[in-house]
Amino acid sequence: MNGLKKFYMNDKIVVPVFAVITSLFIAAIVMIMIGKNPLMAYGALIFGAFGTKGALINNLMKTTPLILTGLSVGLGFRAGLFNIGANGQLIIGALLSTYVGSKMIAYPFYLSIPLMLVTGMIGGALWAAIAGWLKVARGAHEVITTIMLNYIAVFIANYVVNGPFQAPGGVPKSPEIAYSARLPILATSGATWLSAGIFVALAAVVVVYILVEKTKLGYEVKAVGFNPYAAEYGGISIGKNVVMAMAISGALAGLAGTMQVMGVYYRYLGALGGSMGFDGITIALIGQNDPIGIAFAAFLISSIRAGSNQMQIAGVSKNIVIIIQGIIIFLVAANRLVKTFMFWKRKEVEGA
Amino acid sequence: MGKTDKKDYSEYAVVMEKIVKRFPGVLANDHVDLFVKKGEIHAIVGENGAGKTTLMNQLYGLLNSDSGKIYINGEEVKIKNPNDAIKAKIGMVHQHFMLVDRLSVVENIVLGMEPVYGPFFARDKARKQISELSQKFGLFVEPDAIIEDLPVGIQQRVEIIKVLYRGAEILILDEPTAVLTPQETDELFKILGALKAQGKTIIFITHKLHEVMAITDSVTVMQLGKVTGVVKTSDTNPRALARMMVGREVLLRVEKGEAKIGKKILRVENLHVNENRGLEAVKGLDFSVNQGEIVGIAGVAGNGQTELIEAITGLRKVEEGQVIFKGIDATNFSPKRRRDMGMGHIPEDRLKHGLVAAFPLYYNFILGKHDDPRFCDGEFLKISDIKKFSNALVKRFDVRPPLINLLGANLSGGNQQKVIVAREFSFNPDFMAISQPTRGLDIGAIEFIHKSIISMRDQGVGVLLVSMELEEIFSLSDRILVMYEGQIMGEVTPQETTTEEVGLMMAGHKLEDLRAQEA
Ligand SMILES: Nc1ncnc2c1ncn2[C@@H]1O[C@H](COP(=O)(O)OP(=O)(O)OP(=O)(O)O)[C@@H](O)[C@H]1O
Ligand SMILES: [Mg+2]
Repeated sequence: MNGLKKFYMNDKIVVPVFAVITSLFIAAIVMIMIGKNPLMAYGALIFGAFGTKGALINNLMKTTPLILTGLSVGLGFRAGLFNIGANGQLIIGALLSTYVGSKMIAYPFYLSIPLMLVTGMIGGALWAAIAGWLKVARGAHEVITTIMLNYIAVFIANYVVNGPFQAPGGVPKSPEIAYSARLPILATSGATWLSAGIFVALAAVVVVYILVEKTKLGYEVKAVGFNPYAAEYGGISIGKNVVMAMAISGALAGLAGTMQVMGVYYRYLGALGGSMGFDGITIALIGQNDPIGIAFAAFLISSIRAGSNQMQIAGVSKNIVIIIQGIIIFLVAANRLVKTFMFWKRKEVEGA
Repeated sequence: MGKTDKKDYSEYAVVMEKIVKRFPGVLANDHVDLFVKKGEIHAIVGENGAGKTTLMNQLYGLLNSDSGKIYINGEEVKIKNPNDAIKAKIGMVHQHFMLVDRLSVVENIVLGMEPVYGPFFARDKARKQISELSQKFGLFVEPDAIIEDLPVGIQQRVEIIKVLYRGAEILILDEPTAVLTPQETDELFKILGALKAQGKTIIFITHKLHEVMAITDSVTVMQLGKVTGVVKTSDTNPRALARMMVGREVLLRVEKGEAKIGKKILRVENLHVNENRGLEAVKGLDFSVNQGEIVGIAGVAGNGQTELIEAITGLRKVEEGQVIFKGIDATNFSPKRRRDMGMGHIPEDRLKHGLVAAFPLYYNFILGKHDDPRFCDGEFLKISDIKKFSNALVKRFDVRPPLINLLGANLSGGNQQKVIVAREFSFNPDFMAISQPTRGLDIGAIEFIHKSIISMRDQGVGVLLVSMELEEIFSLSDRILVMYEGQIMGEVTPQETTTEEVGLMMAGHKLEDLRAQEA
């Protein structure tokens, strides 16, 4: 029994931890080769990520949407779906919730905040459900359809904030949301602040964990993801669960966009999603599709990004961070390699 | 180490010495010794989970031993991976096929050793080599068929050709006959005989003791990870082997009373069903199953039985005709609806349909009934109740090891089957479609499952049983339908027919013609 637990730990925790340590090590070698001092660089990285109150606030602020897009992609993976459309879902979610939020001037916060959250999630869910439906009804692969939907979402958003839903002044951005719809601010430092969005993201971690591990829906979604034939045999509808899984995945991405609106920009801006949708893929991989793992992975990615600026200032190119990230992904994706390696190690230890 | 310590194993093709292999919670091989003489057919027998497959996986390099040594033709070798094994001219046909579903027969066989023209795959060369091989050993396969479209029996042949293609001198066959019909088994035995005559050494795992008696030269018996006996085949008999395997006397034939036939529960009318490639596989079947009886469907694999069962259980579209269940036209009902109406199903392919291999056992035990109020409360699974239920089943059906957190994939083949059977029985269905229920099970487990099927029947369940084992059909069925090319050749009862007659029907002779000839 104990052995079994260890076995599980191996897969889910040891692989990513091993990957992170190895990548830092390899990146250090690269830095030595280009004549930089890795200890100094990592010192700067850590300082840049956690060294000051401002750094930590900035870091956690950036972690918030990454947790959500990571959960979005990770949940898709659990259902055997490759949702590359988190970006599009995030945009649609943010756009819709902004619209609702901008109409909330006369409402108290206990109505406007939940309403915005819900519309953001519905927007993302519907957008993703289109891809789910296309897969079920037409057999169109979700990788293709979600990428196409990403483009469509970008163009819709560009049109809307340049026309019908443009703030006065001719700049491509939407009007602001109501004050009552802004998330409470937990801490500020200079021009950055941390909103209660981080709690929304952490709550989403718990909800997704419960959904995946404790509910009927989670059971069905995983069965479809692991073995659709057996799922069908067991009376589980593949179509329904594919659409559901896509919708929930999209809702999480939509929530990520909504957090950017409610906690950071207070309006819709074209740049608000950045590459978060794609970062979600990285994060889900590193977090082994496990909600708690994803939360850590999001914090990790956010930290090395946040720290990279400080590293740049210290004279080491911030692109080193891309190397680190690349190696982590490689090692996690090639987890067989890591496991085999660790297996040999263990055997040597036992043999000794 | 003095020179005198060096053992002379030169008369043996394979020696495995003091092999130990431990899995979390299980000692799968506990200092196992195996001696296989050159050119012999050596059987390994033992209960489900005894460690046979594990032992062979180490010989083939799929698993690495914790300790122990392997000698091939007297020389110690280190086999770390299948490539090392192939270099040592060892080939293995696995209990669960290792074919790429989407590739063709030719592509699967040559995979990794493709003949080429420069950088290009020489498909015509590959096809020619393979047709030579299949002709030489009488293993016919359609070279361009896609694996997933082929019945299991044919996939098996592909596996065997694949091993021969790689030039194996030592062949490991892990329960090769579990998926074959008696006729196909006879063919296989001829092939094995021919291979042996050419000096190849064969290690043969089976649960069927008459097969051991028929073709092997010696036998190693395993129980719970240990070797409990090594005998020459000519010095033993099935009863003695059974006792060595299970440690008690086993009934090799089931006993059953008169059937108490009840109401009609399932009726199939003019049923037409297609196979994967769109060709008609079931061609207008009519029959019914009553409560309290076992209707057996005999036939050579690939004559529409798979498609028939899938159509009845809702996994395959019906092209024409009707499936009437409990008096209701259920032709277009989802599998779920049929289950909820009281239809159980033990599928033919346990890893494809029967189990989610990546799920722990306790999840697999509720597959198909996960939304039953016993297992979920609204949207939430009652994990602790599910675990309790699973623990009870594991105990009642003697699943080994009895660890419900283990993944389905980590059970031995026979124990996976026990999980499926346990689950379907536990749902108390009124009708049960059963395909190959004892494929790959050891004799003790077969006895248990046969008894369970009969007790279901005695409780009034209607059973439709598909089996390639004529013996199983004869000993369980109250009525026998024989299928050939999607049609029923005749209906008989086991009392009034003979295996010869059923065998002829399986080959395409209609019962009325046979009876007319007799008269
Ligand atoms: N990968 C694995 N992880 C954990 N346990 C395993 C694994 N593979 C096998 N086992 C366990 O090792 C034991 C031996 O299994 P093995 O598959 O060798 O049995 P077997 O003799 O081939 O049985 P069968 O006749 O049912 O095929 C079983 O208890 C099984 O559950
Ligand atoms: Mg086995």
